Amino acid sequence: MNKPLRRISLFCGLLVLALLVRTNWLQYVQAEELSTRKENRRVQIAQYATQRGNIIVKGGAPITGSATTDGSDYKYKRTYTDGPLWAPVTGYASQAFGSTQLESLEDGILTGNDDRLFFDRTVGMFTGEKKQGGNVVTTLNPAAQKAAFEKLGDKVGAVAAIDPRTGAILALVSTPSYDPSSFAGNSKNDEKAWVSLKDSQDKKLVNRALRETYPPGSTFKVVTAAAALENSVVTDINAPTDTPEPYILPGTKTPMVNHASGCEKASLNKALEVSCNSVFANVGDKVGRDNMVKTAEKFGFNDDKIDTPVRAFSSVYDKTMSRDGNAQSSIGQFNTAATPLQMAMVTSAIANDGKLMKPYMVDQLTAPNLDVIEKHEPQEMSRPLSAANAQKLQQMMVNVVEKGTGDKAKIKDVTVGGKTGTAQHGEKNAKRPYAWFISYAENPDGSSPVAVAVVVEDSDASREDISGGGLAAPVAKAVMEAVLKSNKG
Amino acid sequence: MSVVTNTTTIGAIELPSRRNTELLLLGFAVVIPIFAYANVGLAIHGELPPGMFLYGLGLGALAGVAHLVVRRYAKYADPLLLPIATLLNGLGLVLIWRLDQSERLQNLAKRQFGLFTESAPRQMLYTALAIALFSVVLLVLKDHRVLQRFTYISMAAALVLLILPVVPGLGADVFGAKIWISVGGFSIQPGEFAKIVIAIFFAGYLMVKRDALALASRRFMGLYLPRGRDLGPILMIWAMSLLVLVFENDLGTSLLFFGMFVIMLYVATERTSWIVIGLLMSIGGAVVVGATASHVKARVTAWLDPFDCYSTSGACEQVGQSIMSFGSGGVLGAGWGQGNSDLIGFAANSDFIFSTVGEELGLAGVMAFLLLYGLIIERGVRTALAARDPFGKLFAIGLSGAFALQIFVVAGGVMGLIPLTGMTMPFLASGGSSVLANWVLIAILIRISDTARRPAPAPAPSPDSEMTQVVRPS
Repeated sequence: MNKPLRRISLFCGLLVLALLVRTNWLQYVQAEELSTRKENRRVQIAQYATQRGNIIVKGGAPITGSATTDGSDYKYKRTYTDGPLWAPVTGYASQAFGSTQLESLEDGILTGNDDRLFFDRTVGMFTGEKKQGGNVVTTLNPAAQKAAFEKLGDKVGAVAAIDPRTGAILALVSTPSYDPSSFAGNSKNDEKAWVSLKDSQDKKLVNRALRETYPPGSTFKVVTAAAALENSVVTDINAPTDTPEPYILPGTKTPMVNHASGCEKASLNKALEVSCNSVFANVGDKVGRDNMVKTAEKFGFNDDKIDTPVRAFSSVYDKTMSRDGNAQSSIGQFNTAATPLQMAMVTSAIANDGKLMKPYMVDQLTAPNLDVIEKHEPQEMSRPLSAANAQKLQQMMVNVVEKGTGDKAKIKDVTVGGKTGTAQHGEKNAKRPYAWFISYAENPDGSSPVAVAVVVEDSDASREDISGGGLAAPVAKAVMEAVLKSNKG
Repeated sequence: MSVVTNTTTIGAIELPSRRNTELLLLGFAVVIPIFAYANVGLAIHGELPPGMFLYGLGLGALAGVAHLVVRRYAKYADPLLLPIATLLNGLGLVLIWRLDQSERLQNLAKRQFGLFTESAPRQMLYTALAIALFSVVLLVLKDHRVLQRFTYISMAAALVLLILPVVPGLGADVFGAKIWISVGGFSIQPGEFAKIVIAIFFAGYLMVKRDALALASRRFMGLYLPRGRDLGPILMIWAMSLLVLVFENDLGTSLLFFGMFVIMLYVATERTSWIVIGLLMSIGGAVVVGATASHVKARVTAWLDPFDCYSTSGACEQVGQSIMSFGSGGVLGAGWGQGNSDLIGFAANSDFIFSTVGEELGLAGVMAFLLLYGLIIERGVRTALAARDPFGKLFAIGLSGAFALQIFVVAGGVMGLIPLTGMTMPFLASGGSSVLANWVLIAILIRISDTARRPAPAPAPSPDSEMTQVVRPS
């Protein structure tokens, strides 16, 4: 009987060998794939196993927190101070519904798993300290953010404010907003909050400042003016142009309607002051589509990689449209679309004497012990226009605020330049228009600490160009005042 | 029996008893689980577990008792079986205690049953009972050949044990498998005991019938095919396994019995044809049942691609969770108490306990456990080789073969190598029946190996050898 016994022993050996091969396959070859599968909840468990680092705004105040939970899966839960106010900056980190924006992009630092924190972790292993997340220090100015949020109130809209000198983002507001705390956990209530936000009619989860494009309307006229000056279509801003009244769009029989009077042969300066459509359509046509595209792209249009580090949607200036389309686009209609951030960038480039700085909102990444791991250095993104032309444009924008449509943005003893806009949209422009306002304020030394773009959706604004000045300008004014005040104090 | 030169079996020279080796190994087998226990406590609560000293002492005392019984009543037994079983049992206790500490499982139990009870103290009790049973077996069973007398009684007993779970009022349907009976508040898995009892029947029956089965055959296509009437027994066992499968939804037990029978049949008759016939029959049975029984079908689907049906089928989720446990453990594992294998939820400390080994001890730990099981099997087969009587040989190979199949079916199931079946990992999984039955199995192997290695009695001197005179005609 021993021969079959030996064979059976070989068979048993094969059974064990098969198991050994299988475990090597699972735990060595496939280990990486299995441990990071989307079904594998260990990924989230690890994410919330330690106290998450904070997102901090200018002045050092954290706008996030971490609270212990009584659930058995996740030890900590994300909390937010003033969640709706800061949601467009932080995004959310939810145990059940994933994370977005800074919470997602800087997750490595916030959880403490980033390679750059390896040394801290190793030291912690020996000292017995618990692993902690690092912090993300942003450039946001709490006073400006609050001013914008409060002024927008229950209107649907967005605000983006930039420091033109560096590109630092000072305010990023989107209303109506949501409270990321409400669905940070994984309970039934969190799910309810999440579902109602996701399906909300007014798209609360959308970050309108970065991730929504609107037709920029008359605010785009500053880009057209910049293109005209750069391409020497206009050299003297006070010289009359050859614009007829009514101006017929090239190649069509459609007249360009003006809401203002006195546009016939108006100078560029006068045309911006009262917002003449005909003059800018005419000038844009003379600059030509390709040169318009070139200038717009220098301001950041058609760039789908504007990372702040949260990526903004690409603003659009159509590269292939017809001549009459280009003329309409020159006043911010037709295919032209811009994010509020984009219009703030346009304003900041003009205010910074023609130099566009790359917008950013993360100033520093710090280790749990506050050592700086990474610091952002301001970078120049492009030069859409020369310093001389920029100053001409500044002069025109100041004129708009002092004498023209932007008078609601006037600040006592401060030089302010701005431009209103009302963008029509919907089929046959039937929907209620968007009210825009872009502006910047100057320090006494001529440098500019703040450029801001405001858009208000669905307002009851009339088609009159003045509406941008009426609805959006006070918001911009409040933001500029907040920045100026916090810079002083 | 073949005439291979065999140095370990017969011989009047006394072999070393190896009891001191066993004692030394037992020392390790007790100390390692104590360290593991401390490790879990430190990892989860940041302090040494409160009952550590007491539990350690308890495990040590149990191992000591077992050792003394072996030393006294089975002096020549194999020295590895007892230490390995003790080590596995001890680590199993730690694993169960570790899963008791899981908040996730505590909450799950509270949601499902309204209260959570710790499994580790109960398992400790069962272990003590099992060691007691182990000692009783060695004390009572002085010679395993006695069991030959109970061949047909064993068959009846095994059948009764197998049928019990389907008896109305006695059987308990737990998660679709009817393999438990509940008596006076205790859940018993009769299948675990049936495994041993039926091995007695097979060994006794085959010992008697082996010549008929082996020799009365026709040659067909290079195989010796048995006569039709000799096919009776294997057909009956096959039918019985299928019935178990169909009525109790227990793929594992059915596979185990049939596999054990084929192995023993092959060893008894030395006819490869039995293996071929057995394989064909099990494939046929598996295909038919796999295609018809929804319970089995779901498990096959889960085995083919657990992540394809992960969110829709419970069976898929279990297998997927288990595989992710292994994968997340990686090469070195998360460390005692630091994994999340409790995410499996269902049966985490019984059917799926090996996933915890996979996650917390990693590839290294799993391989170590598999090699420990491999060693038990190897010692069992060696015992069969060394045994001097055909009954002992068949009995030992039956038990070891069944043990090997069980390891393969359970570990292969949780690792996604084969479809999952509801069986428990010997010595690790929480559950009284399993622990008791497996300690009895070890006791029997120890008894057979003792008989095998015991020096043969010196040939009795022939009383008249010298008196006898050769009378030669002069």
